[in-house]
Amino acid sequence: MRITLNGREEILKDGTTLTELVSLKQLNIGEVIVVYNHQLAKKESWPNIVLKENDGLEFLRFVGGG
Amino acid sequence: MSFYEVCQRYGKFDFDSFFKQVTDADIKRIIAKSRLSETDYLALLSPGAEKHLEEMAQKAHRLTVQNFGRVIFLFTPMYLANYCVNQCVYCGFNIHNKLERKKLTLAEVKREAKIIADTGLKHILILTGESRRESPVSYLRECVEVLIKYFTSISIEVYPLEEKEYNELISVGVDGFTMFQEVYNEEAYAQFHPGGPKRNYRFRLEAPERACRAGMRTVNVGALLGLHQWRTEAFLTGLHAHYLQNTFPDVEISVSPPRMRPQLGGFPPKVEVSNKNLVQYILAFRLFMPRGGVTISTREPSELRDRLVRLGATKMSAGSSTAVGGHSAGCTQTGQFEISDTRSVMEMANMLYVQDYQPVYKDWQTL
Amino acid sequence: MRDVLMIGGKEVTSRLFLGTGKFSSHRLIPEVIRACGSQVVTVALRRIDPEYEEENIVSYVPGECILMPNTSGARNAEEAVRIARVARAAGCGNWVKIEVIADNRYLLPDNYETVRATEILAAEGFVVLPYMSPDLITAKKLVEAGAAAVMPLGSPIGSNRGLRTRELIRILIEEIPLPIIVDAGIGRPSEAAEAMEMGAAAVLVNTAIATAGDPVAMGRAFGLAVEAGRLAYLAGPGKTHEYARASSPLTGFLRD
Repeated sequence: MRITLNGREEILKDGTTLTELVSLKQLNIGEVIVVYNHQLAKKESWPNIVLKENDGLEFLRFVGGG
Repeated sequence: MSFYEVCQRYGKFDFDSFFKQVTDADIKRIIAKSRLSETDYLALLSPGAEKHLEEMAQKAHRLTVQNFGRVIFLFTPMYLANYCVNQCVYCGFNIHNKLERKKLTLAEVKREAKIIADTGLKHILILTGESRRESPVSYLRECVEVLIKYFTSISIEVYPLEEKEYNELISVGVDGFTMFQEVYNEEAYAQFHPGGPKRNYRFRLEAPERACRAGMRTVNVGALLGLHQWRTEAFLTGLHAHYLQNTFPDVEISVSPPRMRPQLGGFPPKVEVSNKNLVQYILAFRLFMPRGGVTISTREPSELRDRLVRLGATKMSAGSSTAVGGHSAGCTQTGQFEISDTRSVMEMANMLYVQDYQPVYKDWQTL
Repeated sequence: MRDVLMIGGKEVTSRLFLGTGKFSSHRLIPEVIRACGSQVVTVALRRIDPEYEEENIVSYVPGECILMPNTSGARNAEEAVRIARVARAAGCGNWVKIEVIADNRYLLPDNYETVRATEILAAEGFVVLPYMSPDLITAKKLVEAGAAAVMPLGSPIGSNRGLRTRELIRILIEEIPLPIIVDAGIGRPSEAAEAMEMGAAAVLVNTAIATAGDPVAMGRAFGLAVEAGRLAYLAGPGKTHEYARASSPLTGFLRD
């Protein structure tokens, strides 16, 4: 299936959960902020979110800024 | 937030102990400031500030010239009617006073207008007593429709109206509004206005806000000096002007500091307000609101008016009569109060030229 | 009398707000915060770039600080609102600095979109601090929209050019009944002190500290400058005799 992550298209195995995608990208679970189809997805809900065709995801984090 | 709520903040304020704490150093520091707070203004109204009037005057004069130039706007009042249902204990038009009640016909309005226009004045202030039956908004409207052919600016000083009534008058050419609260202290207000619709303190207090919202171009407020302690009344008048200017930045706001004059009914002032007091008020206001207008009427004697030109005044009435039809009738009528400066428009203009000031008869014309 | 800055119902102890961008290492940030005494600290929200490993900035900000995420990257009100909501939902508290920029050359804010975003977010319970070009009418609209403070720029972001908009900021300080916080452009402690002497409620500094030779020392210098400027403002101007004694007195005719 195809999803959009941070503006780029990606191909994923069917049935991938959000938790699996975060570890696949080797990201620190503690600091990633996930916006899933325009809604903030709380960490507790990640294992239950099974990604599907055309999902849009944003992986964000806080960085330095003025 | 309406000005009524602003006023409430000072309802319990201990003015006397505030005045006692003001020091000479405070006054000097305040005079040097470029922008004054509400309490700075109050300090300048304190008895202690009287020692510093000359310093205040120098600054007030400079600020006035800087903001307005060396000019005085001239206008004249036209009394349309003296029917009144109120019982203001200090006013000649009080419902209980025996005087000939009169209302100008439109033909008489036209005759008065011609006489006034011949003096060169283009700004006029029309007045009535409070009587919705004798002087309804429709009557004011008809008068304005006559006057608009002679004058470029028409201001009203009538009983408080609803916002949509102001809208209606603006639509036919009214662009200025004057309303004297008479007394800002709510308790004292109740004593001086025992009967009639004018008893409604808040409806009157908020009339200037309604006028601003309706789109008036100039709005003038004031307390009648002599009814209650002048320092606090001057303070609240200044706050009122300040509130209006902040809330409606596109409206020209002015204050009038009218002192009580002899009138039919003979009510003596409750409080003495000396020339010095009046000057202190005007100077303090100028320092507080450098761009605020100050209107001085013919209630004041000519010698004092001549001095006030350089002490912060910006507008003066001239060639006035406070009687209905007084401009054409040669004035045998009883007026609302006795005027003091009886000079004609031309005499006023000459006085201004002598002081190196210019009289302004016409400030603008709406196209 | 205690001199307290209240924003959004919170007492803010330091009038120097610190931005965390452009530091050579995040490890410097807690040290700088200690040196300058800042309590309000801004952060930004960005897409993760897997190519560029960056540490979580939030873990470097001491817990007692108020985090103020900005909406940098937003080009209109809707984007700013979205960023603010995500930041709050991510546990960043309810403060937000609105920053809407659609001008890549000078990075000047879009005041109109900023007012719109402020209105939406204030209604949602955010403590909104909008960054804006100093303009009186916009500032009045921000007050109506429910802003908690107004943050005019001194000169373009990161320019270190100081208070080029001095006169306009002075007008905001006089006219606006909210704290005025000078944000952007302050390059030296003396400029921060000047803003505070004028009556600014606080200043927000980032580039000048982050890119200094010694950011910790510069942080301390800014902290002292802000305090000095504030003290000078509170102390009031000295007695100046603006007017020579007039040769012709104006009030001589008044007798007691």
